[in-house]
Amino acid sequence: MTQMHPTETAEQHAAFNARIARGEKIEPGDWMPAEYRRQLIRMISQHAHSEVVGMLPEGEWITRAPTLKRKTILIAKVQDEAGHGQYLYHAAETLGATRGEMLDALLSGKAKYSSIFNYPTHTWADVGMIGWLVDGAAIKNQTMLAGCSYGPYSRAMVRICSEETFHHKQGKEMIVQYAQGTPEQRQMAQDALNRWWWPALMMLGPHDADSPNTGALAGWGIKLKTNDEVRQEFINEHAPELLEAGLTIPDPDLHQDESGNWIHGPINWDEFWAVVKGQQGLNKERLGARQQAHDDGAWVREAMQAYAARQMGQAAD
Amino acid sequence: MTAAMTLTPNQTETLVRKLTALADDEIILAHRDGEWTGHAPILEEDIALANIAQDELGHAGMYLELRRELDGSDPDRLAFFRDVDGFTNVRLVELPKGDWAFTMLRQYLFDAYEALWLDAARASTYAPLTEVAAKAVREEKFHLQHTALWVERLALGTDESHRRTQNALNELWPYTAQLFQPVQDEEGLVEAGILPDLAGVRGRWEALVVPHLTQKCGLMLPAASAAAAAGRDTHTEHLAPLLAEMQSVARAVPNAEVW
Repeated sequence: MTQMHPTETAEQHAAFNARIARGEKIEPGDWMPAEYRRQLIRMISQHAHSEVVGMLPEGEWITRAPTLKRKTILIAKVQDEAGHGQYLYHAAETLGATRGEMLDALLSGKAKYSSIFNYPTHTWADVGMIGWLVDGAAIKNQTMLAGCSYGPYSRAMVRICSEETFHHKQGKEMIVQYAQGTPEQRQMAQDALNRWWWPALMMLGPHDADSPNTGALAGWGIKLKTNDEVRQEFINEHAPELLEAGLTIPDPDLHQDESGNWIHGPINWDEFWAVVKGQQGLNKERLGARQQAHDDGAWVREAMQAYAARQMGQAAD
Repeated sequence: MTAAMTLTPNQTETLVRKLTALADDEIILAHRDGEWTGHAPILEEDIALANIAQDELGHAGMYLELRRELDGSDPDRLAFFRDVDGFTNVRLVELPKGDWAFTMLRQYLFDAYEALWLDAARASTYAPLTEVAAKAVREEKFHLQHTALWVERLALGTDESHRRTQNALNELWPYTAQLFQPVQDEEGLVEAGILPDLAGVRGRWEALVVPHLTQKCGLMLPAASAAAAAGRDTHTEHLAPLLAEMQSVARAVPNAEVW
């Protein structure tokens, strides 16, 4: 049963739920339960923050990309993440949130972002592995969200998925090449897989039994699949491809069951929660980098406002 | 290539030198711009400056492809395996990125020069260069629009943004003269109509940027200085650490066939 705000009536909820059941998209001006709005702002802003913080781990390698082409691709990829952040902040704005409030919530630590971006990038091959696994996992999740009931979020996901598909392809292309490259390159690719495999599985969220928001979100057509279902899709696609590339997946229990599903061994959720809570990983450094950019840019934003006010004043004269 | 056959050996050598200098400016400037990706003052500028950096890298690639047609050299070997003394970029582009005023003003000064140089290069008698110039000049006009507006916003924004922009101009202005310094034997290619005359480009550049900076933006031009006297083989102390970082991955596996 979904939560009802004191000012809301059972009839309103019934009519709203009927729209969801008919597969209609909910648009910004439509009536919606306060809890639906709250959950969406939480999810969309968290997603936007993930894109923005997600620029950092790969962005660190822009200055070290080993060819002119790779450098151009990497700048373009990080630029896409900024663009995704921008669409998503706008999608959340349609629900009444402001960019200022959302950024404050990120910088104060009140809002979360995907903890996958708190893992360090140790070598250039991490850029490829993030594209292949992290973007690969994100695509599975975002393809599901493209079918969600809130129109602006659903449409943002369609656009984002098409760009993420390029990210995924370039990451896979890199790793497949390195896996057949010099011994140093092969080692770099394997080492990157060893470090990113488990975090990629964990980024799709806790097991269904431990996922507190899944029920309500599924009822409102926001989340159309469970975390475990999406994780299974991800493993079924990626495990055979990684093996075909000649890499070793760091899970001795990984096997295919009789129905063809790839079954993983136990996940270390203690690590997941430690990273989510910032006890492990680079949460402090990531937020520090965002805070620094925000602070260093304060005088620029003030100048933009002063200039805009001056232009308006001149236009009014 | 048929185009290469029309050049004398000395012309070829000079053109290789010039194309490398043009490419080096773009590689190093794009590197400095790329340092902002993920750290810009607003998300919209993470996007815009990343776009400019990609365009500059694209231009570098086009110049180095023209060089490859002349001498068979590999663009990535040139970018990632030459040392400081082999790089021939102007000192303007290697200076650290500084604050947003410094980055935008440098990009503006460079964009204005590049847009005008490319505009003139469209009339080159060397067809491969004409094609590249026609493509690149369209992008440069967008850059110039974007950075000219930023310089104006910052110069006319707040007292602080004005002060920062004036400081940036004081520091950058003396370095701009080097943009108009020909490479060795360049005059021969100018006479043959292969390359634009830099003195002409400089006249148009000054006619464009000086009124924008002074009349439109209220900035003061610093006195000219002798900073440009040294050639493109002389660098500031900032280039070596930039290259050490930029080339670190490529050089860690020097026998790699693909990256």
